[in-house]
Amino acid sequence: MFKRVVITGIGMVTPVGNNLEDCWGNLTGGISGVGPITRFDTTGYSSTIAAEVKNFKPADFIDRKEARRMDRFTQYAVAASRMAIENAGLDLAAIDRTRAGVILGSGVGGIETLEEQHKVLMGRGPGRVSPIFIPMMIANMASGQVGINFGLRGCNVTTTSACASSANALGDAFKIIQHGQADIMISGGTEAPLTPLAVAGFCSMKALSTRNDDPAGASRPFDKGRDGFVIAEGSVILILEEMEHALNRGAQILAEITGYGASCDAYHITAPDPEGRGAAQSMRAAMADARLAPEKVDYINAHGTSTDLGDKLETMAIKEVFGEHARQLAVSSTKSMTGHLLGAAGGLETAVCVLAIKNSLIPPTINLIEPDPECDLDYVPNTARQADLAVALTNSFGFGGHNATLVIERYVAERES
Amino acid sequence: MADIFDRVKDIIVEQLGVEPEDVKPEASFVDDLGADSLDIVELVMALEEAFDLQIPDEDAEKIHKVGEAVQYVLDHQ
Repeated sequence: MFKRVVITGIGMVTPVGNNLEDCWGNLTGGISGVGPITRFDTTGYSSTIAAEVKNFKPADFIDRKEARRMDRFTQYAVAASRMAIENAGLDLAAIDRTRAGVILGSGVGGIETLEEQHKVLMGRGPGRVSPIFIPMMIANMASGQVGINFGLRGCNVTTTSACASSANALGDAFKIIQHGQADIMISGGTEAPLTPLAVAGFCSMKALSTRNDDPAGASRPFDKGRDGFVIAEGSVILILEEMEHALNRGAQILAEITGYGASCDAYHITAPDPEGRGAAQSMRAAMADARLAPEKVDYINAHGTSTDLGDKLETMAIKEVFGEHARQLAVSSTKSMTGHLLGAAGGLETAVCVLAIKNSLIPPTINLIEPDPECDLDYVPNTARQADLAVALTNSFGFGGHNATLVIERYVAERES
Repeated sequence: MADIFDRVKDIIVEQLGVEPEDVKPEASFVDDLGADSLDIVELVMALEEAFDLQIPDEDAEKIHKVGEAVQYVLDHQ
């Protein structure tokens, strides 16, 4: 007998707000978080824009000395986790912390620290490389630090599947609770890739939008004028909890997570499968896991990164999976506002699904002015839409051909089957 | 001497995230200032950097207290 898994808290550090209220307000208000890169000198870069986290003060969330020992991606994760725990009304002293774990996703880990310390190595020699370089840089340290900071002694790992990382993390965390191995999992993703080397690498791939003179209009999923994704950073963390555990402590229940599907294109290191087969398989698997007919789905938060191929093929996959119903459901890409948080995107977009269901409000796809003829679904263009939502899907696809889909449903006390 | 002490103190405050008034000559890095093994390595590197020193491991292992660090700097500058 599987346990039911509910979501009882959300914490956010994003380019459109460093807390739940600001973030949701901006996402439903159609506000872009994209601007010129301020973190480093972008001379010589083809893309000079990004969705940066603004006004983040580690000291608001983390002891000063501890913060010095954390790469930015870890600081974001600890801050978002603290806000999520608070939002869930979770009294850590009152729970069995051997049954509370952490699974976070991160695509690139502490790459900022890696770059800084590599400079030290080249300029001043091996003896000057920091003793905390390795523990700051390794991609699992955000999960580790969340465990340390909150004394959570259950399963603690990090998933790395590029831009699907945190969708995979949430899927794994969901399964652990569903199988009775934990009561609570802190899960989601974190990423801080706005560094000279990482942005240069994405530029060389020609993956990024070069609409540098119009930052707010640069991420335009499904629009004919799209020219690549906008790189972003941040962390979004959700508290996943076994339903009875949540009910027993009188917790708020925001929504239920009911399905997880994952697949691999097994095709190319960066290009998506030309028929969108991996994406379709992932959506089908998630719905099968939730024992859900496709006609029940009301909303899909698309991967929709604003790349030429990606948006087209995701549209194709949705049509393939949902048939006629593809015309009935709403699809939107909040990356039009947040940019692409890479390994943290799945966490953010799962939270968006939860909030959309909870608030009966679908955040729009902004900058959708002239739709691509090959992208012909209802993408909730430019303005948020009120809608009674029972079931939402979120897709995340990553370099390497990783695909992951999660099913989020409105919480009802009695569920069939 | 006072100048060296103040400079060492500043480094300790920065590296260990402690309050300046807690950095007294008799204070132990581990027992009083909460340093762990990684902190000690960082601290030694910061002292080497600030005072243009090379502190061999066998010397570093003998530095347990603030006053010992200050004395080491005075002796080797």
